[in-house]
Amino acid sequence: MIRTKSNSQPIFVQKLHKSFGSQTVLQGVNLATVQGETLVVLGRSGTGKSVLLKLIVGLQQPDSGSIRIHGHEISGLATEGLNEIRKKIGFLFQQAALYDSLTVEENVAFPLARHTSLRDSERRDRVHRLLASVGMEKELTKMPSDLSGGMQKRVGLARALALDPDILLFDEPTAGLDPITAAEIGELIVKLKKERNLTSIVVTHDVHGARSFADRVILLREGKVVFDGPFSQLEQSVDPFVVRFMKDAA
Amino acid sequence: MSDVVITIISRPLCAFFEWFGELGVFCSRVTRAAFHSPWEGLELLRQMDAIGAKSFPLVALAGAATGVVLSLQTRDSLTRFGAKALLPEVIVFSLIKESGPVITGLIVSGRVGAGIGAELGSMRVTEQIDAMEVSAVDPYKFLAATRVLACLCMLPLLTLAADSCGIILGWISATLASPITLQLFMHRGLQDATLSDFLPSTFKTVVFGLIIGFVACFQGMRTKGGTEGVGRSATSSVVISSLFIILADVILVRLIQVFFPS
Repeated sequence: MIRTKSNSQPIFVQKLHKSFGSQTVLQGVNLATVQGETLVVLGRSGTGKSVLLKLIVGLQQPDSGSIRIHGHEISGLATEGLNEIRKKIGFLFQQAALYDSLTVEENVAFPLARHTSLRDSERRDRVHRLLASVGMEKELTKMPSDLSGGMQKRVGLARALALDPDILLFDEPTAGLDPITAAEIGELIVKLKKERNLTSIVVTHDVHGARSFADRVILLREGKVVFDGPFSQLEQSVDPFVVRFMKDAA
Repeated sequence: MSDVVITIISRPLCAFFEWFGELGVFCSRVTRAAFHSPWEGLELLRQMDAIGAKSFPLVALAGAATGVVLSLQTRDSLTRFGAKALLPEVIVFSLIKESGPVITGLIVSGRVGAGIGAELGSMRVTEQIDAMEVSAVDPYKFLAATRVLACLCMLPLLTLAADSCGIILGWISATLASPITLQLFMHRGLQDATLSDFLPSTFKTVVFGLIIGFVACFQGMRTKGGTEGVGRSATSSVVISSLFIILADVILVRLIQVFFPS
């Protein structure tokens, strides 16, 4: 495992390229986060936002470029090494991706049962605390199919937090939710940041939500970063693409 | 024109070899995962129950039906040649040497192959397999290796069940036409049988189990294209594993004849 000087940057991405066949998705993306920062990635559909998250967590391999998590280079890393890094990263999928053969409680306990030596009672306590932190402590025995989209996302978030990660990746956390539930998920993101000092990357189309939880925003266009700065700066930008994007999103 | 012909021929040919290559890589990855800790004992037991115990009624029924059909069909032929006394031997030998193992393999391929293909396919398209990987749990071990091992362990046991049900129902059918005690039926059926008749043909189903497990897990885990893709994976799991079972049976029968001559 290569350890670099950029240990202070939880996530450091440099000159990242990714293509699928003849379709180029990412073209030399650079980004870096600081501890406790919430970085929002905006962009039109198909600009590689979700691919960027999957590359960061090692679900896909880049064509070229570098991805470092706490200074560890992960591109090309073997599964064992990658798994050690993954234990420090939580990932909330767009459709929550709960295991549909397991109950809510078993879903959250799944990573704990495999990576901790907690006794059953301790594990149960921890699961209950995690579910309580996302307001789902009363739904322990329900199956994922019995939950609404917002509830599934909350349980997915509890599962993502199970191993006490210091990085959290959100793939469209508010997609498909009504405005009130979307706002509640946004509040959860802010609350988690305050309580746990988590470094987060949030991929979203939800510009209104991004305003409430973003410390910094990057805007992707055709696989390239065309804006990098605070949300207030994004709103004041005179770049024609940024102006049009913000206007269409409003 | 010739370029078009070459393209038409080469594309499916390339896809065919690519599929085999990917299957080979998948099998080696699952095999490696199966022999490394942590052991997923509970999940293995759960899969043995789902694949073995829950397939038992269907396999037993198929075995029983085969026994009855064998009894009905061969009785007339043997009577015609004056060899009616050989009926128990024909039923027992047909079942333990060929019908029992192959029918078990095909039935399990239909029931379990489709189930695994659809379940893993559905997990793939809903990102549950990705979620497992992100949780630092190896899906090749947790999902695939446990299912392959369960298939491998349960196929010989299910074959024994099919053989037993077939022999008993074969006897009932025979005794309804011409009364014979079960003891005498079994004595006649097994008098010339040796372990080399019974063991190789029963344990060849281990290979059938490997085929069903590997093919269904592979097809399921490479699913693309939403619910339509899940349907395709379930169907292809059954079709490909059934085809491979039939082909493997031809090779295994010949190998058994060479290494375990009568």
